Amino acid sequence: MINKIRRSIPEAVEDIKDGATLLIGGFGEAGSPIELIHAVIDQGARELTVVNNNAGNGQVGLAALIAAGRVRKVICSYPRSSHSRVFTELYRAGKIELELVPQGTLAERIRAGGAGIPAFYTPTSVGTPLAEGKEEREFDGRRYVLERGLRADFALVKAERADRFGNLAYNKVARNFGPIMCMAAETAIVQVRRLVEPGEIDPEQVVTPGVFVKRLVEVPEPLVESELVAQGASYP
Amino acid sequence: MSETQAKRLGLSRKQMAWRAAQDLQDGAVVNLGIGMPELVASYVPDGRELLYHSENGLLGFGPPPPAGQEDPELINAGKKPVTLLPGASFFHHADSFAMIRGGHIDVCILGAMQVAANGDIANWSTGAADAVPAVGGAMDLVAGARAIWVLSEHTTRDGAPKLVEQCSYPLTGQGVVRRIYSNLGLIEVSETGFRLLEIAPGISVEELRALTGAPLEVPDSLPQIDAPEL
Repeated sequence: MINKIRRSIPEAVEDIKDGATLLIGGFGEAGSPIELIHAVIDQGARELTVVNNNAGNGQVGLAALIAAGRVRKVICSYPRSSHSRVFTELYRAGKIELELVPQGTLAERIRAGGAGIPAFYTPTSVGTPLAEGKEEREFDGRRYVLERGLRADFALVKAERADRFGNLAYNKVARNFGPIMCMAAETAIVQVRRLVEPGEIDPEQVVTPGVFVKRLVEVPEPLVESELVAQGASYP
Repeated sequence: MSETQAKRLGLSRKQMAWRAAQDLQDGAVVNLGIGMPELVASYVPDGRELLYHSENGLLGFGPPPPAGQEDPELINAGKKPVTLLPGASFFHHADSFAMIRGGHIDVCILGAMQVAANGDIANWSTGAADAVPAVGGAMDLVAGARAIWVLSEHTTRDGAPKLVEQCSYPLTGQGVVRRIYSNLGLIEVSETGFRLLEIAPGISVEELRALTGAPLEVPDSLPQIDAPEL
């Protein structure tokens, strides 16, 4: 029998080791798997490389993981937030590494990684500092830079509904990086608001087919990051 | 000097947005940058149906919801709450940027720190050593959208020209800007450089040239922008 459901959040993340690369879903707070991130803080893995569009808000979720000193390197497009100084302070102190990637290039690197494409050419960033040192080639009279596909040990993703096969449906723009991150990770771990019986998600409505998902854990009432930030909450 | 700086020249921010909105055609798929470009949506003439694209995976969104009806999982690229219009769709991030890079977005309107006479744009970094670099989707948008329009004040807060011979800040993209809607005029980036298409009321061509950091071609017949009071 295929059953990807784990009984608890700690069990879902227990084998994340020091030095692992994590793809963490979410754009701002939408889709941020905050309970899974907090479980990684509790679990203790260090020297992590984290891929996310941003670098966290307030002092919860990704910002808390960074503040706890667990992250060696961040790969992202926009590590600034009006509600967080965590990344900025560590970066200025030279205590965290940043690989800045244009947002669409980041998404395509993850998609390519998950699709078995080791590298691709894109027009994005040609002639800018972010293209320095990258191979360039002309196609049909236009210049492109070579970018590498991106894979990771784990993905931490939030979805709306899932069945035990790992088929996922998302909620509105919380979808964002979820589908491609599940594809690009050896082990995609997904927190879902509601587990349903197989067949309850219409096959036409499955956004991430279960083949891309390894573990599921139900979190019926996930924390809302903006509420925590407004309250000045911090984790742990 | 401080007195003249305090007095605003030309169009208000809302009038600038209004002027750009007049040029968005019925049926256009449009991406509006964070900040002043977001104002453009308020001034699109009645009867034109536009589709607004947001990088985080949303096409066909509408104005912000009334207070109390915000949904943290229905936000735009500026992370502000929006509403859905009939015909809206959600998609993942790689598809969202496939729309951009693949030439499916007709117009992107965005702000700029500098625009050069050859269409180069700088709008993501001053290159300052202590700044935390952040680029977001700006480089993808300028490389991929079919038309790039800049909506920006004509000069910096200190009065330095933003329209220049060559950008001194790190580039976002090369040779991509088609038009600039500033508080002083509507400028086209042509094969030969900046070309003034329309001028704001209350300013002369000589004054505008003095505030522009590169040669400005001026046609014999120069319409004045006739913006409503906003």
